[in-house]
Amino acid sequence: MSTGVITRGGTVVPPDQIVRYTFRERLCHWINALAYSYALLTGLALFTPHLYWLAAVLGGGPTIRFWHPWISLIFFVSIFWMHALWRGDMVHTERDREWTRNIKYYIQNRDDMVPAQGRFNAGQKQFYWIMFWSAIVLLLTGIIMWIPETLPHSLHWVLPIIIFIHAAVALITIGAIIIHIYMGLWMTPGSLKAMIEGYVSKPWARAHHRLWYDKVTGAKPSSR
Amino acid sequence: MPTESLQIKAISAHPGPPPGQDVSRDYGVCKFIDTTTCIGCKACEVACVEWNGYEFRETTFDNTYQTMPDLEWNYWNLIRFNELENPDGTISWLMRKDQCMHCAEPGCLIACPAEGAIVQYSNGIVDFHQENCIGCQYCLTGCPFNVPKFNQTTKKVYKCTLCSDRVSAGLEPACIKSCPTGCLHFGSKEDMTAMAEARAAQLREHTGYKDAGVYDPEGVGGTHVIYVLHDAKHPERYGGLPADPHVPAFVRLWKGPLKWLGGLSIVGGVLGVFLHYVRFGPKQVDRSEERKP
Repeated sequence: MSTGVITRGGTVVPPDQIVRYTFRERLCHWINALAYSYALLTGLALFTPHLYWLAAVLGGGPTIRFWHPWISLIFFVSIFWMHALWRGDMVHTERDREWTRNIKYYIQNRDDMVPAQGRFNAGQKQFYWIMFWSAIVLLLTGIIMWIPETLPHSLHWVLPIIIFIHAAVALITIGAIIIHIYMGLWMTPGSLKAMIEGYVSKPWARAHHRLWYDKVTGAKPSSR
Repeated sequence: MPTESLQIKAISAHPGPPPGQDVSRDYGVCKFIDTTTCIGCKACEVACVEWNGYEFRETTFDNTYQTMPDLEWNYWNLIRFNELENPDGTISWLMRKDQCMHCAEPGCLIACPAEGAIVQYSNGIVDFHQENCIGCQYCLTGCPFNVPKFNQTTKKVYKCTLCSDRVSAGLEPACIKSCPTGCLHFGSKEDMTAMAEARAAQLREHTGYKDAGVYDPEGVGGTHVIYVLHDAKHPERYGGLPADPHVPAFVRLWKGPLKWLGGLSIVGGVLGVFLHYVRFGPKQVDRSEERKP
């Protein structure tokens, strides 16, 4: 039993564990997650009368009207920061396309039937790009919704279209986030710990991200 | 609230029917504005500001009678002037009293996300309750007449109330009270429509205004403010009165199908992942591997 290793990033790695996320990556992820959660709850309050009670819980209608755009700005800034951190890891490969074609096996937990994956699997990459492009659309439409009084009356006809797009794209991100939260919290035990403490066990890394495991441990590349 | 005696017909962002709906019958009220006898004196503007207790605004001057460019959060009633040059070289001096039209299908109320910020009374008045307004300005998005105006300081939206406070006390609106030519009338929608139709027929039969007609646009279910225009075929000449106003299609899509489709998808998504867990469970990493070097 060896003692833990302290990485340059300051993460303390217990024996037989691998650093999965650096402190910077975890910080970025959780700023992003908290800002998104606030924008989600306040956005839902404004989306449907059945959830307008969320406005009362979060400080009242005028309060959420004021903070929704500001907190969302933090979400956008942190997702662009995330882009700088992970852009390289999020590129789709031919192997990812094969993974996507065989996604049903992954869903059925028959992971031996899908190609071995790198640091992020194809599903994580798809989730990332959905969130990234949605964020850009939400930002562009949201800025106009923030200050509609600056829009001349001759351009008012775009407002309903913009609000519709904003709501529709937000709903797409909600669909994606439901799967993301489910997988992180329940479907893949160990991922929440990875995002909080920063490390994963070697078997976990080998089971879920074989190519990445081979790379960081210097092991011989596996066939699958 | 000075509105106890007004029955509520619709409430913005209210799930389910509004409390007290249809408990009593009420007749629709209506303002009838005869643009052919308006002289542009602006007495109605003054009466509106006086009754509602707002400050007078600074006027602008651009060589027309339009000394106020637009409605404002504290200026709910505005005569719009247009000096229209006719094909024969004569001038038609058109003037129209502009204010909230009190649509039967109010786009502002449909678009509003804040419960109780906009209410429609069973007499047809559409009223903003600023204490519930959150300043999102979705109402501007739904309004085809560009009526609601935002106040930067209070972050609330304001517009003509059709003097709901006066009407609930059995009085006519302040603008009606002040009109010196009698071009403004107030009464039931039925009576005002009959009066307007009679006036339009009179204009067609006894004057040169062969296109005279009543403006009560069907696209928004009719309005509780109706006009008689000399030229009903060109309402846009009267300070940009829309020829065929509608609640924007995207507001209907967003407040209709997208709302229930979105709600259904969220509930479906949560149920879906729960079912997945019950059926397939978590991805367990083979524990025997942990013993390998």
